[in-house]
Amino acid sequence: MDDVATSAAPRTPGLGVARRLGTGVLVLAALVGLWEGYKWLWQTAGWKWPFAVDDVTMPHLYKVVEAFWQPTTTGGPPLIRSLLDATWFTGKEALAGFLLGALIGFLIAVVLSQSRFLERGLVPYIVASQTVPILAIAPMVVVGLGSKGVAGWKAVAVLAAYLTFFPVAINTLRGLHSVDPRALQLMHSYAASRWRVLWQLRVPASVPYIFTALKISATASVIGAIIGEAPASIQNGLGGAIVNFNQYYSLEPTFLWATNVVCAALGIVFFVAVALTERLVLRGAPENIA
Amino acid sequence: MSQSADTVVSITDVSKSFRTGVTALQGISLDIRQGEFVSLIGPSGCGKSTLLRIIGDLIQPSSGSVIVNGKPAHQARLDPDYGIVFQDAVLYDWRTVARNVSLPLEMLGWDRARRRERVKEMLELVELTGFESNRPWQLSGGMQQRVSIARALSFDPALLLMDEPFGALDEMTRERLNMELLQIWEKARSTVVFVTHSIPEAVYLSTRVVVMSARPGQIADVIDVDLPQPRTAETREDPRFFEHVTAVREALAAGGHLPSATAPELF
Repeated sequence: MDDVATSAAPRTPGLGVARRLGTGVLVLAALVGLWEGYKWLWQTAGWKWPFAVDDVTMPHLYKVVEAFWQPTTTGGPPLIRSLLDATWFTGKEALAGFLLGALIGFLIAVVLSQSRFLERGLVPYIVASQTVPILAIAPMVVVGLGSKGVAGWKAVAVLAAYLTFFPVAINTLRGLHSVDPRALQLMHSYAASRWRVLWQLRVPASVPYIFTALKISATASVIGAIIGEAPASIQNGLGGAIVNFNQYYSLEPTFLWATNVVCAALGIVFFVAVALTERLVLRGAPENIA
Repeated sequence: MSQSADTVVSITDVSKSFRTGVTALQGISLDIRQGEFVSLIGPSGCGKSTLLRIIGDLIQPSSGSVIVNGKPAHQARLDPDYGIVFQDAVLYDWRTVARNVSLPLEMLGWDRARRRERVKEMLELVELTGFESNRPWQLSGGMQQRVSIARALSFDPALLLMDEPFGALDEMTRERLNMELLQIWEKARSTVVFVTHSIPEAVYLSTRVVVMSARPGQIADVIDVDLPQPRTAETREDPRFFEHVTAVREALAAGGHLPSATAPELF
């Protein structure tokens, strides 16, 4: 018992970072090797299964990197310039959507946790909300909010929130119920009010659960923002760029691939931001870091 | 036993049946006086933890009544009159040691200065001064349990309810904490109800040992432990200590829970 409590492995941050970087570089090199190796082998051997490979379906990765410095229109700025602008734009939508969705998800969980009746009655509808494709509700949200004079990007943020709130609501609810029954009995023995039990016990106990959900939601909010731009006919974001470069794919596949890379990077930035916040908040509590 | 002015707990004819049909307790009557240290001992399933929780108004008896400080257990809980210590410390990971101890005080609306003062006193009492800003998981099991005791005593409850508080600790830590608990009890002058399944622990700590039998849980015997106070490490070597241990063992055996021949390896 004593040993278990005190033997939390000490972390050596310096070594950990170096090792992580090394692993990251190795994995990246392996993925590049896989891509180029597959492309070379299938093209040389002329294999058609599972799919034929040429420079359109799988361009060389160095060409994708090169594409960042090529202008998208003759005499225009390089691709990287417009993609950075688009990333800023979509990132703003995704961040607003993430925060809005997280807040709504948290509030839903708190309300449902207060009543078994509400929870049983409403959770099925919350689950059902996620089976409706975002493409089906996007026009309603965009047109509906547009008629109230809400800017297009805000409507997209609402769509991102629609994808974000769900994991937060479900996981927070689980966290709020995860409390040690004896901790509840303690609060009971202090004659603590429902409100106090919620804020002093249930919510803090569910923080690790909330962070797990926020990590899922972080990437979901980026996806929501990108997808939401299409039905909202927004051209300034990454979704707009994808729609645009899709049309020219057979001519210039590297532009779409380059855009995909940027989208992935944005998602990773969101994820890492949440993961770092988690570390800061849970500061080394051994069993809490997921 | 007649009820007198210094009775803290008065249990009258308490029974508890669960919905599964199991009768956990039957016809329990017991009075506990101010300043007593009463242990409940018995085989697992005898309902000793259930009885403790009924005293603390954490579960309701099927019949009978519990009066604490002259009021129903429910009112006593709301006042609050109970400090509770479980087998595990049940500390809040997200709070420091000091803030764990001050949790009940926050619930009672004590102001910050008064809370700080009291937390300092309590950590001195359990000899954890200097660990104020540690997190619970940085402490050993024994230290965690001391924090839990400090938390339970922080608001001077009339009654300290302890549910096998040292059951999860190794024997050496347990004996040390037994001694410390007695010192705390001396100083705090509180009334303690203590659930255990260790005979020597019950005898060493208690002024009275309530021996329970199982299925249904009933009081088989009540043994007064008139060993001199304060008790020390030597108490454990006193021949009268062994006499009491034997008496408790025989009471348990009479309930059919132990072989009646003395079995020294049990302690």
